[in-house]
Amino acid sequence: MSTLLSVENLEIRTAGRVLVSGVSFSITAGERVGLIGESGSGKSLTALAVLGLLPDSMRASGSVLMDGRQIVGARDRDLVPLRGRSVAAVFQEPMTALDPLMRIGGQVGEVVRRRAARDGRKPGRAEVDAQVTALLERVALPEPGRVARAFPHEISGGQRQRAAIAMALACRPKLLIADEPTTALDVTTQAEILKLMEGLVRDEGMGLLFISHDLPVVATVAERALVMRRGELIEEGAVEPLFDRPAHPYTEGLVAAARAFDAALETAP
Amino acid sequence: MTLLSLSGVSFAYAAGKTVLHGIDLAVRDGGNLGIVGESGSGKTTLLKLLLGLERASAGTVSFRGAPLDARDRGFMLGFRRSVQAVFQDPYSSLDPRQRVSDIVAEPLRSLKIGTDIAEAVAQALRDVDLPPDAAGRYPHEFSGGQRQRIAIARAIVARPALIVADEVVSALDLTTRTRIIDLMRALSTRTTFVVVSHDIALVALLCERLVVLEKGRIVEEGATREILARPSHPYTQRLLASTPRMPARG
Repeated sequence: MSTLLSVENLEIRTAGRVLVSGVSFSITAGERVGLIGESGSGKSLTALAVLGLLPDSMRASGSVLMDGRQIVGARDRDLVPLRGRSVAAVFQEPMTALDPLMRIGGQVGEVVRRRAARDGRKPGRAEVDAQVTALLERVALPEPGRVARAFPHEISGGQRQRAAIAMALACRPKLLIADEPTTALDVTTQAEILKLMEGLVRDEGMGLLFISHDLPVVATVAERALVMRRGELIEEGAVEPLFDRPAHPYTEGLVAAARAFDAALETAP
Repeated sequence: MTLLSLSGVSFAYAAGKTVLHGIDLAVRDGGNLGIVGESGSGKTTLLKLLLGLERASAGTVSFRGAPLDARDRGFMLGFRRSVQAVFQDPYSSLDPRQRVSDIVAEPLRSLKIGTDIAEAVAQALRDVDLPPDAAGRYPHEFSGGQRQRIAIARAIVARPALIVADEVVSALDLTTRTRIIDLMRALSTRTTFVVVSHDIALVALLCERLVVLEKGRIVEEGATREILARPSHPYTQRLLASTPRMPARG
């Protein structure tokens, strides 16, 4: 399998403080990888570095090769063609990812148009509308026509996250980065979104970098997982052996805590 | 004995928008009660009714057998001394301009509880495993988990019979979460908790009895173990099936 993303010795600093250091990992085409960490572990910063979206106050060094292109130190202009085509992202709070003043259909349509423009095409309105409807159907939104005409506040949180996923899909990226995409959602909605994402990523052959603090959630979508703590990558491996026999005491603690919650639901009388 | 009870309680924020329908519920001394529901289930409204912060549109909320009556100040004072709350967000529930000692002492002052305030605060901080010097510091000097300990210290300082805990660990990291749950379990020996959460596993860890709310109605209630073993309502079944689990041990 060809390497899609290769991160080597990534370091992120701000004002003399090291926030992330010595992080190396890679993702091959179509691979689903979980990035586990608690608050302050540097997991979201690592994702932003991959997207080339770190705040101006932070400096990255090392190497992030996305689809063969160097992200670290690249000018923002040079990254624009990479975003969307190579990598797209879905974040935790769909309300902030969507423009509150624009109808859902308009927002998804804009991505469709930009993606077409990159291929040197200028689709007509009917074609854009048809693609928007197809995308909204693809993320299993009920009544895609109604959702397309709705403003973000008029639909539920789960529906908003589906719309955000539709926008990411519209880019047809090779890698989808999802940063805590279900944390703000109800469990029943979370289960639906996880199932949807897993299926989409599989069908489209996309790579997935799924960032979460929640071990069972990572286990549902990822084949392999990375564990970060205090800016460092402390352990990685295939999900089942990793959760079965964690080598690092910190991972062991996380697994034990997650299993305690599971055990509470087990009711051998 | 029954501390708090709701009998035939309905609640509407506006005419035609009823968010709770005919709720019957009893919180008894000893033995925690969990209230599980997702967004829109009415759990936040139910919590406000339990705390006496909203008045039922229909039905009765009673404390130790007597209906809550906002005009009876003596009765309400007794109610407030007995029922305290801890909320979800440890960053917004503590006044950033007050020292921890003042935050924790607040119920003693506002509820006019005559006691040695400094000693009661020191004891409450010991009970939640915070160092004595925490008293002189400000909330921003503490982590999320420690802030939640401060909020719990404030809830227990007046030695209430009941603490209503609203999504108290949702904003915390997994390992911190486990430690706060251990603390709440330890405190359960001297006070009863009503644990309101979307997380059925959390409620299962803390509560002997469980109520499942869906769209403003109680769809299932009973002993937690019984419900987990044999969930009878389709919504409870769906909730349990949707809760992600760790992969089975190889």
